[in-house]
Amino acid sequence: MKAFSRVVAERDNLGGTRLTVLHSESPLLLRRTGPTTVHLVGGGAGPLRGDDLRLDIAVGPGATLEIRSVAAQLALPGRDHLPPSRFEITATVAAGATLRWHPEPMIAAAGCDHHTITRVDVAEGGTLLWRDDLVCGRHHEDSGNVRLDTTIRYAGTTLYRHDLAVGPAAPGWSGPAILGGGRAIGTIVFAPDTMPATSGPGDYALMPLAGPGMLATAIADDIRPVQAALDPLCEPTRALAHT
Amino acid sequence: MHPENSVAGGALPHPSDGYTIPHTHGPEEVPHTHPDPGVDPHEPLTTGPRALRVGIGGPVGSGKTALVAALCRALGDELRLAVVTNDIYTTEDADFLLRNGVLPADRVRAVETGCCPHTAIRDDISANLDAVEDLEASLGPLDLVLVESGGDNLTATFSKGLIDQQIFVVDVAGGDKVPRKGGPGVTTADLLVINKTDLAPMVGADLSVMDHDAKARRGDLPTVFLSLVEDRNATPVADWIRTLVATRVPAA
Amino acid sequence: MSGMSLATLLVLADGRLPSGGHAHSGGLEAQVSAGRVRDLDAVADFLRGKLATSGLVSAAFAAAACAHPSEWAALDQGLDSRTPSPALRKASRAQGRALLRAARAMWTMPLTGRDLHQPVALGVVAAAAGLGPAAAAVAAAHGTTSGAASAAVRLLGLDPYAVHGLLARLAPECDRIAADAAARADDPVDDLPAAGAPLLDIGAELHATWEVRLFAS
Repeated sequence: MKAFSRVVAERDNLGGTRLTVLHSESPLLLRRTGPTTVHLVGGGAGPLRGDDLRLDIAVGPGATLEIRSVAAQLALPGRDHLPPSRFEITATVAAGATLRWHPEPMIAAAGCDHHTITRVDVAEGGTLLWRDDLVCGRHHEDSGNVRLDTTIRYAGTTLYRHDLAVGPAAPGWSGPAILGGGRAIGTIVFAPDTMPATSGPGDYALMPLAGPGMLATAIADDIRPVQAALDPLCEPTRALAHT
Repeated sequence: MHPENSVAGGALPHPSDGYTIPHTHGPEEVPHTHPDPGVDPHEPLTTGPRALRVGIGGPVGSGKTALVAALCRALGDELRLAVVTNDIYTTEDADFLLRNGVLPADRVRAVETGCCPHTAIRDDISANLDAVEDLEASLGPLDLVLVESGGDNLTATFSKGLIDQQIFVVDVAGGDKVPRKGGPGVTTADLLVINKTDLAPMVGADLSVMDHDAKARRGDLPTVFLSLVEDRNATPVADWIRTLVATRVPAA
Repeated sequence: MSGMSLATLLVLADGRLPSGGHAHSGGLEAQVSAGRVRDLDAVADFLRGKLATSGLVSAAFAAAACAHPSEWAALDQGLDSRTPSPALRKASRAQGRALLRAARAMWTMPLTGRDLHQPVALGVVAAAAGLGPAAAAVAAAHGTTSGAASAAVRLLGLDPYAVHGLLARLAPECDRIAADAAARADDPVDDLPAAGAPLLDIGAELHATWEVRLFAS
């Protein structure tokens, strides 16, 4: 299945946000659910092998957009001869704009082979919260292969470049260097927001990046402790202290 | 000659300045020789001869940290002084130096040795050199840096690439045979300190035997006896260091 | 690797090179303390994961820096963006600084920053030593496993023969990863490998807060 969906948010005359483009193709269905909120609503299970999904997000100067999803994304196996499923997300955030990407987790079902490629470009003066949660296999199930390949640029410089691979194709992925037997991981990248480093309890750390921003990472046996660690950082009321 | 020694006194870039290339390199250009490859362009700024570096080594429990504290007490007011410690270092140790040596925490750096204390002072001195340079960079010019080794055995000595002079500390409670056993620490250290002499009667150590054996092993190299209970300023060791500093830095 | 000096590569990749490595456990001390690494099997799992992630990234940046030493600043920034943990950035730069210090006494070095990330320093040094990107990549990949393996012997008291048996079994994978990395030495910095190991990041942050630690990282 191929899909290309696109959302463009712009600041309107009243200081609010107007969606000048909201184009959806199944299974990437976008629905406006609030003044600045768009939900991805599930259009069938997937992605499956062979799927090629693209989502473009543009947030114009001064606009605010939050993207959520109504349900977890379940990466499933498809026919063996097909290439890995692919979900390519491209986002641009202009000066004075805010983008919050905060979907439900992706679940890597046994036998899946999926690749998410994220490229986010934040202009100087823009604000980003980018959350990715991943669960390695459904309940009592082995993990499939998932790669989350993420590039986040701020003010023209690469701030965060990370490629996480889990599943049987990734050597040592559940070992003590990568997930340590944990089945769920969540990350949030903030730009240019930053706070002093903190770590623990458990496998959790909040890390100031070398550039203007920070990463919060949590790993646990299941998604609940990950959400408990990361959700408070995603509260819309949390002051985003610009530095 | 160690590269460290070739640049003492030079007006060189400060590490915190950041380094820029004085000319541009094309992407195809191969690395090339700069005008004076013998001069290390990355040494920290020093306004005069760099600090005298004195290593303090010796077996576990011989009193190295107590000696460092005593030297800080004795010399802290007259010399610009900092300490690098290679021991498993805790805030307890820092507090000990603070309480006993009147040495602020920013004048003490701890170096992790990866379970190999002798490696860090002899075979791979890079972490210690970094610590010394960082102290000089953050505090400004210093007269004296004491590098305290982690407690090790009788064979552990400092590399001359790291320190100028070394003190080896043994104690009478370790047995009066220690000087006779020799080993590079006892035999070659610039100063041998036989510590805790106040304990000699209790442990049955014969100081004259130790003195005789030390002389036999060390030839003309000096040995001092010390009891920090009786001499809280480690006077003979402090005096030895004063002489070194005085002869090293020309009078202004 | 034709034409290069194998002996020079051995000098550069020697664990006894005084470049600060002995004081770093490559993240192992944190995982030993967390109770995840207690025996040889867990060390093997740790090393496999580390080699596939930070080993690949290190090898690629060493190869790229060897092929393009004058690009050290852009490559250094590339590693900054791949190293979210401040503790790991510090550890990498400390080892890069130590390697450059050693290299200045060994070969004629070009001017670079003082505290480069270790893989970038390694690539620049390899170039100065007359080695090629493939050799730099092998040295980097090997270095990511050998340092942690040595720390495993010291921290866990494991049989050193068994640990070296493990390194010997990992050697073909090390070669494969280095070859992959070297083949990408001319790629744009953003396209170079970015394989991450989240527990190495978190472990390094937790480790940095300990009051007593035996290794610097």
